[in-house]
Amino acid sequence: MNNVFVYCEVTEERGIADVSLELLSKGRRLADTLGRKLEAIVIGHQVQDLEKTLYPYGVDVIHYAEDSRLFPFTTLPHTSIVVKLARELQPEILLFGATSVGRDMAPRVASSLMCGLTADCTSLEIGDHEEKKTNTVYRNLLYQIRPAFGGNIIATIVNPQTRPQMATVREGVMKKEIYKADYKGELNRLDVSQYVDAADFACQIIDRAIEAQKVNIKGAQIIVAGGYGVGSRENFKLLYELADVLGGEVGATRAAVDGGFIEHERQIGQTGVTVRPKLYIACGISGSVQHRAGMDQSGKIISINTDPGAPMNAIADYVINGSVLDVLPKMIKYYKENSK
Amino acid sequence: MSFKIVVLAKQVPDTRNVGKDAMKEDGTINRAALPAIYNPEDLNALEMAIQIKERMEDAEIIVLTMGPGRASEIVRESMYRGADGGCLISDMKFAGADTLATSYTLSMALRKLAPVDVVLCGRQAIDGDTAQVGPQTAEKLAMPQITYAEELVAVDAKSITIKRRLERGVETLKSTLPCLVTVHGSAKECRPRHAIRVMRYKYAATPSELASAEESRKLKVEADKRLQIQEWTADDLGAEAGRLGMAGSPTKVKKIDNVVLVHKEAKVMDGSDTSINELMQELVSAHIIG
Repeated sequence: MNNVFVYCEVTEERGIADVSLELLSKGRRLADTLGRKLEAIVIGHQVQDLEKTLYPYGVDVIHYAEDSRLFPFTTLPHTSIVVKLARELQPEILLFGATSVGRDMAPRVASSLMCGLTADCTSLEIGDHEEKKTNTVYRNLLYQIRPAFGGNIIATIVNPQTRPQMATVREGVMKKEIYKADYKGELNRLDVSQYVDAADFACQIIDRAIEAQKVNIKGAQIIVAGGYGVGSRENFKLLYELADVLGGEVGATRAAVDGGFIEHERQIGQTGVTVRPKLYIACGISGSVQHRAGMDQSGKIISINTDPGAPMNAIADYVINGSVLDVLPKMIKYYKENSK
Repeated sequence: MSFKIVVLAKQVPDTRNVGKDAMKEDGTINRAALPAIYNPEDLNALEMAIQIKERMEDAEIIVLTMGPGRASEIVRESMYRGADGGCLISDMKFAGADTLATSYTLSMALRKLAPVDVVLCGRQAIDGDTAQVGPQTAEKLAMPQITYAEELVAVDAKSITIKRRLERGVETLKSTLPCLVTVHGSAKECRPRHAIRVMRYKYAATPSELASAEESRKLKVEADKRLQIQEWTADDLGAEAGRLGMAGSPTKVKKIDNVVLVHKEAKVMDGSDTSINELMQELVSAHIIG
């Protein structure tokens, strides 16, 4: 009872999504702090290497609902299963990846359980909370920390009274780490018919066209990222050229993605991926909190900007006061001439 | 048998264009410095509603918004573009609502508008970016949901088929009606105001607005039902007080931190050939690149 639960997402290839493994790693630490167990909920069909994959992350119990109708994901049956399990098992904390799956179903689960939910947390911690009005102290709450209001503030949210305490977290925010390679938990196979009914299949999938993940900027050691200041899709070609000669990947801010300069899967920040490269070259990026949340753990940061007051400059190791279109060709030229 | 489409729309501070005066000196938000706009993805939702109306015989679009009195601007703006009517739900009791309390409030208003065939809203509002209110409203009404809608594929009296945008592709879902659809920013942009509609609806007003309006406007609105924007309070919705506003919100803000940038000792340089060459040399010798 009152354990830490993670909803584990099943990938197109029927494995467990990275974001879920990252959440299990975080969940294990939260569970240790609270002295509780870590439990995983997996809903799908013919999930590959389920136990072998999950136990090393310190999972004590895997609740597995297996049925051909449960893969690919649809909202209603997955929601029903999680809601009924939560009513039975009374989790203290329940975490979801902030993916198109997690952000679709977690609000519905929270609404059904009448619980609070915080989206896109950039940090989760355990701490106490004092309610001044009622003079009540709540021990060991989950601090759900996220930028808010367009990134101008960082808010710490708590749910003093409702359980489970629920949050979604983007991929890459938490670090994936093996707890014990030989850790052993137990598998609880659910009787799916007890958890879903016919009404849960009101939505049918007519067609799916999902591409395999093409770019993996999360793992790149060098990232050349562009903001709205780069100006156009055409100008982004310079970033690709520099990334290419340096052996890195190209990333972007949300503004650049929204501006149509580059595809969404390269978006870095609170609503994109979080990266920790050795070198981060920020090109024309002013540096909103949401963007910095996705890259401020980078080893070295170079900020190229015509605005000397750009917030990005404040966290950079090198600041180049200049135009991206002027500076990048010089970097490319130097590198081409001086490396063999 | 009329087909009813409700669009949930929100007036939001324009957080995308935060200027230097957006934060006060004490670190709180200077709301006055931020213009109030129609939440961008709610406009995509309005467009999809108009497309549904075009495909259905005898369909009507009602816009529902929750906010202070001036949020009636959202209803009028929607009318200029294609909505047939609107409701503003406004009450001090709604203040401080998180997504759970907001979705409860909206669901109570939707019950009052029942029967509803399709509910549309933007995927998320730019002042919170939570994307929670749509799914939570659907849950409160026990409706299926389709999130991240990008394209209306088909609609009839009993079902709707929508193409939705996922991280790495698209998926087409068919749902029974009634259904709630949240619309992604990649969906078709909303058509602009229509001059004839602006002429027709510019006098539309809520009862509170009428109270202080000129006599001529009052007469116009009284004579034409289409110009009457409904205005509902918590009591009109028959809502439980304990589920509204701050009281009905399980999430509490423990603390707000201003964003303080800790200045690192940065090496500052210009964009000259010499500076760039020196920098590249330094990076290569430190094995950061190379």
